[in-house]
Amino acid sequence: MTIHDSDAGANAKGSGGGAYGPVPRKEDARFVRGQGTFVDDISLPGMLHGAILRSPLAHARIVSVDATAATAHPKVMAVVTGADLAGRGLAWMPTISGDVQAVLATDKVRFQGQEVAFVVATDRYAARDALELIAVDYEPLPPMIDARTALDPGSPVVRDDLPGCTSNHVFDWTAGDKAATDAAFAAADVVVGCDMVYPRSHPAPLETCGIVADMDAVTGKLTLWSTSQAPHAHRTMYASVTGVPEHKIRIVSPDLGGGFGAKVPLYPGYLCAIVGSMITGRPVKWMEDRSENLMSTTFARDYHMHGEIAATADGKILGLRARVLADHGAFNATAQPTRFPAGFFHIFTGSYDISAAFCEVTGVFTNKAPGGVAYSCSFRVTEAVYLVERLTDMLARELAIDPAELRMRNLLRPEQFPYTCATGWQYDSGDYPRALRLALDMAGYDELRREQAQRRARGEYMGIGISFFTEGVGAGPRNQMDILGLAMADGADLRVHPTGKAVLGVSVQTQGQGHETTFAQIVAHELGLSPDDVEVVHGDTDRTPFGLGTYGSRSTPVSGAAAVIAARKVRERARVVAAAMLEVAADDLEWLDGKWRVRGDPDQARGIAEIAMAAHSTLELPDGVEGHLDASAVYNPPNLTFPFGAYICVTDVDPATGEVKVRRFIAVDDCGVRINPMIVEGQVHRGLADGIGIALMQAIVFDELGNCLGGSFMDYLLPTSMECPSPELGETVTPSPHHPIGAKGIGESATVGSPPAIVNSVVDALAPFGVVHADMPLTPANVWRAVQGRPVRPDLALS
Amino acid sequence: MKLTVTVNGTEHSAVIEPRLLLIHFLRDELGLTGSHWGCDTSNCGVCVVWLDETPVKSCTVLAAMTDGRRVTTVEGLARGGKLDPVQEGFAACHGLQCGFCTPGMMMTARWLLDLNPDPTAAQVREAISGQICRCTGYENIVRSVLWAAKHDRSDDDSRL
Repeated sequence: MTIHDSDAGANAKGSGGGAYGPVPRKEDARFVRGQGTFVDDISLPGMLHGAILRSPLAHARIVSVDATAATAHPKVMAVVTGADLAGRGLAWMPTISGDVQAVLATDKVRFQGQEVAFVVATDRYAARDALELIAVDYEPLPPMIDARTALDPGSPVVRDDLPGCTSNHVFDWTAGDKAATDAAFAAADVVVGCDMVYPRSHPAPLETCGIVADMDAVTGKLTLWSTSQAPHAHRTMYASVTGVPEHKIRIVSPDLGGGFGAKVPLYPGYLCAIVGSMITGRPVKWMEDRSENLMSTTFARDYHMHGEIAATADGKILGLRARVLADHGAFNATAQPTRFPAGFFHIFTGSYDISAAFCEVTGVFTNKAPGGVAYSCSFRVTEAVYLVERLTDMLARELAIDPAELRMRNLLRPEQFPYTCATGWQYDSGDYPRALRLALDMAGYDELRREQAQRRARGEYMGIGISFFTEGVGAGPRNQMDILGLAMADGADLRVHPTGKAVLGVSVQTQGQGHETTFAQIVAHELGLSPDDVEVVHGDTDRTPFGLGTYGSRSTPVSGAAAVIAARKVRERARVVAAAMLEVAADDLEWLDGKWRVRGDPDQARGIAEIAMAAHSTLELPDGVEGHLDASAVYNPPNLTFPFGAYICVTDVDPATGEVKVRRFIAVDDCGVRINPMIVEGQVHRGLADGIGIALMQAIVFDELGNCLGGSFMDYLLPTSMECPSPELGETVTPSPHHPIGAKGIGESATVGSPPAIVNSVVDALAPFGVVHADMPLTPANVWRAVQGRPVRPDLALS
Repeated sequence: MKLTVTVNGTEHSAVIEPRLLLIHFLRDELGLTGSHWGCDTSNCGVCVVWLDETPVKSCTVLAAMTDGRRVTTVEGLARGGKLDPVQEGFAACHGLQCGFCTPGMMMTARWLLDLNPDPTAAQVREAISGQICRCTGYENIVRSVLWAAKHDRSDDDSRL
C-alpha cells in the first residue's frame, strides 16, 4: 500500500493510451515455473568447464608457476597461465576507468583472490581438482592495506607495473569553489565536522558472475552467454582486447540473477573462458563460486570522508566541504563516466539550498580487490548523501533544532527549480517540502518524539532518523559523459508487424527490474496497444541496437526515452497512412484515446493495428512515404533526472548488547511519472533492505595481511526476512520536465537514501550516551563500542 | 557409485561420484535447472528442494544421501498442469524480481503451508529466514505466501 500525496495525480505527459499501471510482469511466467535461463543453465554440446586458481596472498612476487601435474590430469584439456596469456598479448586488459588489470598474474599478485591460472576440464569438479595440482612459488611482499597510509613515504608500492609509478596515488579531483566556501565557513556562527567511513561493501547478487564462451574457428564468430549488465559495451571492449572483429562477436546476456552494478565491469574469468575456447575449440563455461565473487569481483564504497558543515545560529546552512580518501584497490576498475573519477560525489550538497561547497577526493591503490563504484549507488551519490545527511543531523544536535525542522528550513523550495547547485548540477524538478511533510505525517513524527521521550525516561532507547536525498540519474549528456570514449546514449528499435503486434529491441539489460513489462507498457501507452501486444527483446547484441546498458538507474531515463521516441516516430508514420486510409489530410488528424481521429469527427478513426496492416498492404501511399511503420531512435539525454525522497527510520537499540532493531521504515519517493507502480514499489523495498544490510551488517573487512574477512555469506552478512520490516511507502509525483514522459530513475533511490536514515536513527537513540557518530556497519559490537565511547575502525581488523 | 532416487515422481538411476552435490546432480545430470547454486555454505537458500517432505539446501546435501528417497524441486510444484497457488501468489504479489531465489522460496512456502495452512506474516518470515533475497526486501514474498494461503489451486492459470 502506497500513500499518495493528495494533489499528485497520474500526470503522464503526452496523450497516452492508458497502459501505465500495476500490470503483472511478463517475466514471472517462466520464473515461477523454474524456467528462467541463467548463464549457468546453459549447456552446449561438448562444453568444457573452467576454474581459476587464485592468490592466497595479498601481495607477493610470483617466482614460478608449475602446471605440469595439472596438465597431466586425465580430465584436463588445457591449463592457461599468465605467461601463456602474455604470449597472446592478453595478460593484461583495460579496465573501464582507463587503467589496466592483470587477467592472469605474470609478475606479482596484488590482492588476495587475484587470478593466477585457469584450468579447462571436462567437468567442473575435475577443473577444481586440477587447481590443487598447480604449484605456485610466491615470495611474500609487505601488503598495502590501510588506505590512510597509502601515500606515506616508504609505503609498499602496489602498482610498480605502471611505468614510472612510485606511489599509490591514483588521482586528485576537486569540485566547487574553495575560496567562496572558506569564506562561508569564516562567516558562520557554527561549524560541525566529522570523520566518517563508508565501508567497503559488495553487491552480492545471488547469481555470481559467469560466462559460456564459444569460439567457432570456422566462421570466426565468438558467441558469449555472459552475466552482463552492459552487453554492447562489453562487445566493444572484447573486440579491442581479443582482436576478434566486433561484428564477429555476439553477446547474449540471458536472465540475470541480480546485478546491482556487479555485472558492469569485465572480469578476468570472462577472458580466460574465451581463451580456453580458442585453445580447445570447444565451448567453455566459467562460473565463479561465492567466495570468488565476494573476494575478487567489484566492491563498492570504501570512502574515508571528512565533512564539515557551516551554518548560522538559527540553522541556515551556509557552506559544506569534504575531503575524501578513496580506496580503489589494486587496479583502478571503478565504473563511472570518464570525467568523473569520484563519480557524482559532488552532488553532495544534497537537497539543500547551500550556496558554497567544495570537495576534494584523492584516490589510492591498495592491495585489495579492484572495482569501486558498483552497488546501486548512482555513481557515488550514495556516499554524498550519507555525508550531508549525517552532517545535517549533527548540526541539528549542535543547534538543538529538531532534525526535521532543520531540514525543512534548508530544503530547496519548489520555485527554485530548475536549480543549479554550488558544484554545477542542474536539478530538473522537485517539491521537497511536500515529500518531507508527507513522510512526517505518515510516521506520526510528533507522536514518535513523545514516545521516544517517555521510553527514555524508562531507560529504553528508541531512535528516529530522517534522511532526505536527491540523486542525479540517467547518465548521461553526451558532451559530458562517456565510458571508455563511448557516449552514454542508448538506442531503441521498434518494429510493428502487419497485424499490429510490435517488437521493441533495447540496449539495456534487466536484472530483475522488469523491463520486458515496463518497456512494453511504454510502447503500448504511446501507440494505443495492450502491453501484451509488445514483445521486448534485450540482452542479445545481434538483435538489439547499441547502448551502454543498465546501471546507475539509467534504463528508464535513457532507454525508456528512446523507446518513447521510437514509438512516437511510428505514430507519426501511422498518421500519414491513416490519412490515406481516411482520405483526409494528415493535418486533419489528431491522436486521441489511442487512435488517429479526424478532427471534429472522432468516430472517423484508425488504430495502430489497422494502420499497420494498411502500411504493409497495396494501399496507395502519398509520394515520399515509405511503407511499413518501423522506426528507431537514439536518445541523448539533455540532463540527468533528479529523483528524490524523504525517509524516516524508527529503531530500537539495546545499549547493553548493541543490538539494533528496525521497527519502522517510512519511505516517500518521487521518481516523476511511474510507469508501473508495482515495480517501482518493489524497487524501493529492495533498496530499503539494502540500506539495512549496509548500515547494520555488510562490510568487506581486511586484516593486516590483506586477508579478506568477508569471503563467504557466513562472514559477509546480508539482511534476511527477520531484519527487514514491512516498509511504509509514500509517493509524490513531480515529472521531469526534460524526459519525454516525465519519468525519473528509481532503481537505486532507496539504496542511496536509506543508510543515513538508519544511522541517524541509531545515533539518535544513543544520544543520551553522548554518541554523536558511529561508523557503519552498526553491528552489535560496533554499537556497543560506540556506547562505551571506544569506537573502532570498521574497515580493518587489526590486531 | 550407483544412485536411485525419485525426483518429482520419476525414478532416476545414475552412476555418480560419491562427492557429487545434490544441486549439481539435479542441474547437471538431470537438467533440472530451476534450482540454483548460490553460496556453497547453506546461507542463501537458492538451492532449496525437498528431500522427502522436508526442505533442504541441496548445495550441502550429497546426491548419495538421497538414494532410495524422494526429491521434489520447483519443476514438481505444478500438479496435473495446474500451478501451485504459491506460484500464482508470487506472480500476483510481485514476490520476485530477478527470479533467482524464487524457486527455493516457493519450495519453503509450500512446505510451510502444508504444515500450517493459515500462517501469520511473522510465521512466514520465520519460515523463509534461512534464505536470502536481494531484490524484494522480503515484503512481497511474505504477501505472496499469504496470498497462496487464501487461494486454492486455480482452474485457470492461463494468464501465467
